[in-house]
Amino acid sequence: MSLRSGTFHENYAQDMAILRTRLHWGMLFAFLILLFTCPLFFSDRILTIMTMIGIAIISVHGLNILTGYCGQISIGHVGFMAVGAYVSAILTAKFGWPFWAALPCAAMAAGMAGLIFGLPSLKIKGFYLIMATIAAHFIIIWLILQFRDITGGPDGFAVPKPKIGSFVFNSKASYFYLVMIIACLATFMAVNIIRTRAGRAFVAIRDNDLAAEVMGINLWIYKLQAFFIGCVYAGVAGALLVHYYGFASVDQFAFMDSVWYLGMLIVGGMGSTIGAVFGAVSLKLLDELVTVVGPILSAAVAAQAAASLALITRGLVIMLFLIFEPRGLAHRWGMIKAYYRLWPFSHEELE
Amino acid sequence: METDRKVKLRIDNLLLSFGGVNALTDVSMDIRDNEILAIIGPNGAGKTALLNCINGFYKPQRGEIYYDGQKITRMRPDKLAELGIARTFQNIELYTGLSTQDNIMAARHVLMKQSFITGALYFGWALKEEIANRQTVEEIIDFLEIAPIRKKIVGLLPYGMRKRVELARALALEPKVLLLDEPMAGMNLEEKEDIARFIIDVFEGQGATYPNTPVLRDGIKCIILVEHDMGVVMDIADRIIVLDFGRKIAEGTPAEISANPEVISAYLGKEE
Repeated sequence: MSLRSGTFHENYAQDMAILRTRLHWGMLFAFLILLFTCPLFFSDRILTIMTMIGIAIISVHGLNILTGYCGQISIGHVGFMAVGAYVSAILTAKFGWPFWAALPCAAMAAGMAGLIFGLPSLKIKGFYLIMATIAAHFIIIWLILQFRDITGGPDGFAVPKPKIGSFVFNSKASYFYLVMIIACLATFMAVNIIRTRAGRAFVAIRDNDLAAEVMGINLWIYKLQAFFIGCVYAGVAGALLVHYYGFASVDQFAFMDSVWYLGMLIVGGMGSTIGAVFGAVSLKLLDELVTVVGPILSAAVAAQAAASLALITRGLVIMLFLIFEPRGLAHRWGMIKAYYRLWPFSHEELE
Repeated sequence: METDRKVKLRIDNLLLSFGGVNALTDVSMDIRDNEILAIIGPNGAGKTALLNCINGFYKPQRGEIYYDGQKITRMRPDKLAELGIARTFQNIELYTGLSTQDNIMAARHVLMKQSFITGALYFGWALKEEIANRQTVEEIIDFLEIAPIRKKIVGLLPYGMRKRVELARALALEPKVLLLDEPMAGMNLEEKEDIARFIIDVFEGQGATYPNTPVLRDGIKCIILVEHDMGVVMDIADRIIVLDFGRKIAEGTPAEISANPEVISAYLGKEE
């Protein structure tokens, strides 16, 4: 990593900092101000899209810690979202708990589910672990359908809008704020987990589990920790999702969504926190593009075009990224930053 | 001086077999403090298998290993790292996606305490710990002369440098016993001389040069070196143990070993 001419580090804290110059701080504040003033400028429809993106970002951060950093590929992520969603929904709708108390419980419950379904990772790797996580998804959904007394089974049940004190997050704008504040916190925490002791242990396990063990990392504890953290993120995202819809149903947690979350990671760049954000934003925006283009295409080409267009474009984008930019948008972003930093003397190698 | 050469690792009648093949047969040895012990032998003699037993990769079928009198034979590798046994590998086993600095920081794991919860908050305990450990890491980087590659991703480094990063990572664990599995394999003369110098410097300790880093200041007083290069072994080892087909065939000072007829026949074949 090179520094822009004129920037110096005088101690380790400066060297480790992410925001190193006044310009960095300025850009961060500008971004946050722009983000949190969005409801003033945009319609409810765009706010809905942004809220959905925010929820996806939280979820993908979790998957990124588990899969991108710790290397434990999970295709059961939506299952863990469902755990968080149903716990929060049941606590608020059936037991009358306040949202602020139900959300941490939902996160913990999803984390616990992650610990249980993470247990196989201690013995199996790669494809076999993928199969185990797929099983996790179906077991969770099956359990939800079985306990119809409290979960409503296939019919689902109505969930109240989040309420803190006497304030109800009823409007699109208020929910947008709720989701974005949590998404920003989630991003902050994901970045910090990764750059400290636990994060390095995760990457060590991903890159070389044998060496990690010899270097004193307890594989059991840290693999399970990665599952726990990843699923806590999923639980929070799931809870936010059902409260937004105002309804809890297993249809909201389709298996294919887990695959798309993994796709977001691939497009954004596995093992990069900014990549998780890029991936969630770009694939969600792609979906919106499809909903605009779809009807036009249906009218012009064939009636079924719109239905299949979403699947085709998403699949195609993921495939193209795997072939042409396997390190994802985050890598591109890094190259752009390096180019900017070194301009006009772009002689240094780019990593 | 027999007193300060107390036994650090005792290997007692170790038997390790894979199926019907014995990788190690009744190997016993004492590994002492204040010595560089070299283990030599032809390919397949069981040198790496022995190291793998010591740090818990392989579970021997019979026999025991004692570390400071404590039985460590079937302990998990991460427990042994906590006890103070570190190693490098013959085929470099680094965390390829991390930078040099983070590879070495990752080895500070057992010496650090913060959990992912304080890590997530970062400012406060975690940052303080990061800075304290970063200081040690920087001293090790300085000692091994790898400052220019500090922020480079290790997967992209040349072979000789990666070997050196691996040594740095082992040092960062601040071990009491250092196992080096062919640290000079595949290197040219100049690189070998560098590594030999580092090994001797680590063994002797650097005293006042690195007053704040115990591992560099006091040195690592028990080093086990598996190496093929006879010139290096004869020069830096205090004692040599020779393995052949999983058995210990000789033990002694470099001078004794180079005159031992059994060793010569193991290496050069018998004279008819």
